[in-house]
Amino acid sequence: MTHHIEPIDSPCVLRVQGYAKQFVLHEQSKIIPSSQHVELSVYQGQLTALIGPTGSGKSSVLKGIYRTYLPSDGRVLYRSKNGYEIDLAKADEHHILQLRNDEISFVTQFLHVLPRKPSEFLVAQPLIKRGTSMSEAIDKARDMLARLNLPEHLWCLSPTNFSGGEKQRVNLARSLVAKPRLLLLDEPTSSLDPTTTNVVVKELKKLKDYGVAMLAIFHDPALVEEMAEHIVELQIPQSIEQLQEKTQA
Amino acid sequence: MDKVLEVKNLSKVYGKGCADCFGLTGPQADTNICPSCGSVVAAHDVSFDLYKGEILGIMGESGSGKSTSVKCLFFDEEPTSGSAVFYDDGKQYNLFTLNAAQQRQLSSRRFGMVYQNPYLGLNFDISAGGNIAERLLMSSISHFGAIRERASSLLQRAEVPTARIDALPKTFSGGMQQRVQIAKALSTYPPLLFLDEVTTGLDLSVQAAILDLIMEIQQEIETAMIVVTHDLGVIRLLAGRTLVMKYGRVIESGLTDQVLEDPQHAYTQRLVASAL
Repeated sequence: MTHHIEPIDSPCVLRVQGYAKQFVLHEQSKIIPSSQHVELSVYQGQLTALIGPTGSGKSSVLKGIYRTYLPSDGRVLYRSKNGYEIDLAKADEHHILQLRNDEISFVTQFLHVLPRKPSEFLVAQPLIKRGTSMSEAIDKARDMLARLNLPEHLWCLSPTNFSGGEKQRVNLARSLVAKPRLLLLDEPTSSLDPTTTNVVVKELKKLKDYGVAMLAIFHDPALVEEMAEHIVELQIPQSIEQLQEKTQA
Repeated sequence: MDKVLEVKNLSKVYGKGCADCFGLTGPQADTNICPSCGSVVAAHDVSFDLYKGEILGIMGESGSGKSTSVKCLFFDEEPTSGSAVFYDDGKQYNLFTLNAAQQRQLSSRRFGMVYQNPYLGLNFDISAGGNIAERLLMSSISHFGAIRERASSLLQRAEVPTARIDALPKTFSGGMQQRVQIAKALSTYPPLLFLDEVTTGLDLSVQAAILDLIMEIQQEIETAMIVVTHDLGVIRLLAGRTLVMKYGRVIESGLTDQVLEDPQHAYTQRLVASAL
C-alpha cells in the first residue's frame, strides 16, 4: 500500500518490485519469511518511509537493498549517478562495494565500526575512502559531530564505550558527511532525546534539499508525518504453511 | 577498478590421484580423502578475482584447503591444475607457467607472505633488520644505508623498538616476531600480500595491534590482500568479500556482511551460529 502525499516530480533513484526475503535455515529445516510483495520507490530529494508492525520485514527490505541480505525474489532497480540502471539484487559484488563506497549509505540500527579508532576518524572514513584528504575529511567530520551535539571531548575516543545516543550520532554523522545519492536509515533517532532528534531532523532535511534520496524506518509516527513524502506500509508476511494452504485451496 | 589477481579452477591433490578423486570428495562426501586411492584433495576448483586495494577473506575450519590455496599462489606448493593470472604494472603473469627464477622474482619483489608460524617467514639466524635487508637485497635496493634506513622505518612502523633492530628474532615475543614478519613482507611495498592465520594464537591485545597495522598499511599503499583465517572477527574487520571453504571446495562466497548475516550454505550457517 503506497500513499503519495505530494505529487511526484523528482527523478526516481530506486524502484523495488516484488521484493521478498525468506531465510532458509538448514539445520532447523525451516523457512522463515521476512518480507513479501514489497513495492516501493525512492525519489531524489525526497523521503520514503517504511511503516508496519514489528516483524513486517522493514529492516529486511533495507538490508536487501544494501545487499547485507540476498533478496529471495524481486528486483531492486537502482539508477546510478552515471544514469545506468542496475538490479542490486543481482549485481556483481565488486559493483555493490563500489556503490557502497560512492553512492549508497546505510545508517544501521547498531554501529558496526573498526574498534580502537577515534570517532572523528570513523566519521571521516567514508570521505577518506573517496579520496578526500585526511585533514579536510577530519574537519568535515568534526563539523558534523558538532552539529549533532556530540560533546567535543568524545571526538578523539572510540565509540565503544559511548551511550546508545552517542553511538547513534556517530553512526548518523558517518552517513551525513558522505552526502550519498541514496541514504537508507533504520530507526536513526531511536535512542535520541527530543532536542537531539530535532537536530537530526534538521540535518536530514538539509540533505533532502541537497538532493539525497532517502528510505527510512522511524519508530515515531510524528517523524514519518514530518519527514516523508511517500509512505509504504508493510504487512506481516504469511508463513510458509499459510502460503501452502492458499495454493492448495 | 584494476584487477590484481584472477584465479581459475585451482586444485591441489596430495598423492597419486585417480579419476574418482574429485567426484568422491568434498562437502557432500564429507571428506577430502579419496576413498579409491587415498589421495588428499586439499583444494579443488577454487576460483576468485582480487582487485587493487581489496581484502578478500578465506574462512573455513582446519583442513578446508584455505592455506593450501594461498601457498599455491605464493609458489610454496605446486598446484595440480588450474590457472592464476597476476596483473602488475600493465603486465600479466601466468603464475603456474613461470619458471622457478621468474617465480622467485615475483615472490620476493611483488608478493608478500605472512605465515601463522614466524619460523616459516623469518630467518632466525640473522637479526630482525637483517631479515628485512635480506628481502630488500633480493629486490632492487642494494645500497647499505638505504636498506638500513628502510628496515628501521618499517620496524618502527610495526612498533618493534628500533633499539632491537640488530637482535635475533628468537629473542622476541611471538607478537613481535609476527610484526617483524609483517615488516619484512611489506618491505618491498608489494601490490599483493598473503596473510595466513597471522593472529592465531596471539594475545588479544597483540592481535589488535597487528590488525591495526594491517589496516593502516592497506589504506596507505593500497595493497590487495588475501586473509586466511578461521576467526570470524578478523574476517568481519578486514575483508570486504569472503570465501567459505570446506573439504577443499569453496561452498559459499559473497560480501562479508552478507556471508555473516545471511549465510546461505548449511555449513556457513553452523559456523556463524557457533561464533562467540
